[in-house]
Amino acid sequence: MKGALKPEAAAEMIPDGASLLIGGFMAVGSPERLIDAMVERGTKDLTVIANDTAMPGKGTGKLISAGMVSRVIASHIGLNPETQAKMIAGEISCELVPQGTLVERIRAGGMGLGGVLTPTGIGTEVEDGKQVIEVEGNRYLLETPIKADFALIGAWQADYVGNLAYLLTAHNFNPVMALAGKVVIAEPESIVPVGVIAPDAVKTPGVLVDHLLIRPN
Amino acid sequence: MDAKELIARRVAREIKSGMLVNLGIGLPSLVANFVPQSLGVFFQAENGVIGLGARPPEGMQDPHLTDAGGGFVSAVPGAASIDSAMSFGLIRGGHLDMTVLGGLQVDEKGHLANWKVPGKMVPGMGGAMDLVTGAARVVVAMQHSAKGASKIVKRCTLPLTAQRRVDLIVTDLAVIEPGPEGLILRERAPGIGLDHIRAATDANLIVMGDIPEMALD
Repeated sequence: MKGALKPEAAAEMIPDGASLLIGGFMAVGSPERLIDAMVERGTKDLTVIANDTAMPGKGTGKLISAGMVSRVIASHIGLNPETQAKMIAGEISCELVPQGTLVERIRAGGMGLGGVLTPTGIGTEVEDGKQVIEVEGNRYLLETPIKADFALIGAWQADYVGNLAYLLTAHNFNPVMALAGKVVIAEPESIVPVGVIAPDAVKTPGVLVDHLLIRPN
Repeated sequence: MDAKELIARRVAREIKSGMLVNLGIGLPSLVANFVPQSLGVFFQAENGVIGLGARPPEGMQDPHLTDAGGGFVSAVPGAASIDSAMSFGLIRGGHLDMTVLGGLQVDEKGHLANWKVPGKMVPGMGGAMDLVTGAARVVVAMQHSAKGASKIVKRCTLPLTAQRRVDLIVTDLAVIEPGPEGLILRERAPGIGLDHIRAATDANLIVMGDIPEMALD
């Protein structure tokens, strides 16, 4: 863990054209202060890899509304009409991936695997263009790993070495994404002394986290 | 009783003691209202909770605890929070006893289409493909027709959600069980005759013997 940053400083690290894994499910567990700072800076041509694009004014939806995103990889965009409109207008390219496949592709990327074999999508348009592999009489799609330049993580608590804990349904994609970003920036709701998060409660070990966002005022 | 309540009450009778069940958003989510707490059923929300509870009292909402539609929920004693990899491991790995999903079309092979209307509605599949592929039992809860058109068709014209044959279809007119030979009519809604069901159904229905009325309590 290299240290704690203000949101503006973290947003400055992210260049135009970067690929971002962003935690959250309908903005629950998304790093909102970091996203706000990115919107303020106006970074362009971003690739956003997230479960969904939330809704206008929330989570990743703020990046869509600000016109900062050129590519989305997500499982669901149905609750953000702006994403759909920009996709239809050709301003955003969207790759829609089954949710369980998306999380496993990111896990594969973060855990050094060459891909995953999943039955999900067999016999549907998700199969198009993909290699089908038969194992023990069952057919699976080969789904390739996903990594990104940055993973932007929303957490509940962090300690001084960057260990992270999450609450309830705010875990979602965060623990998996923390493995798959070249640079991992975590936004905790609070930063506590080492030891407050018991070792067994750590869901993301601090060795994976490059930067924390300083706590809100 | 309106059509949605009728469908939800009938689906609730499929849920047995001790099951782990995932309810889709919209109509399927109403099913929970008709499952007695004494059954000890755990409801899963794929965004990361096993043991989904009722809506919290006004002012008691926790922003870290929502269902897959983004609505505030509570959790029951014995609940567990999990990340997306675990959540979809449960779903795809056959650990989920039942999923109840909405449908756009179901056909004579028992194939479900419920995630896309090309050119009109492209929300993404979210968790639907994993749920239909992996759940031990798939129940489709939907209105029999939409805008006068039967949703139970000879062959799906909309993109399929999975190649797996669904286990049961519950509509406001009938309970239908897809089998290897086709769609078997099992029950009719109270006061609905066979001719009514046949006239409202594009697909061929297999009718064997007397068809009882749905039991709803």
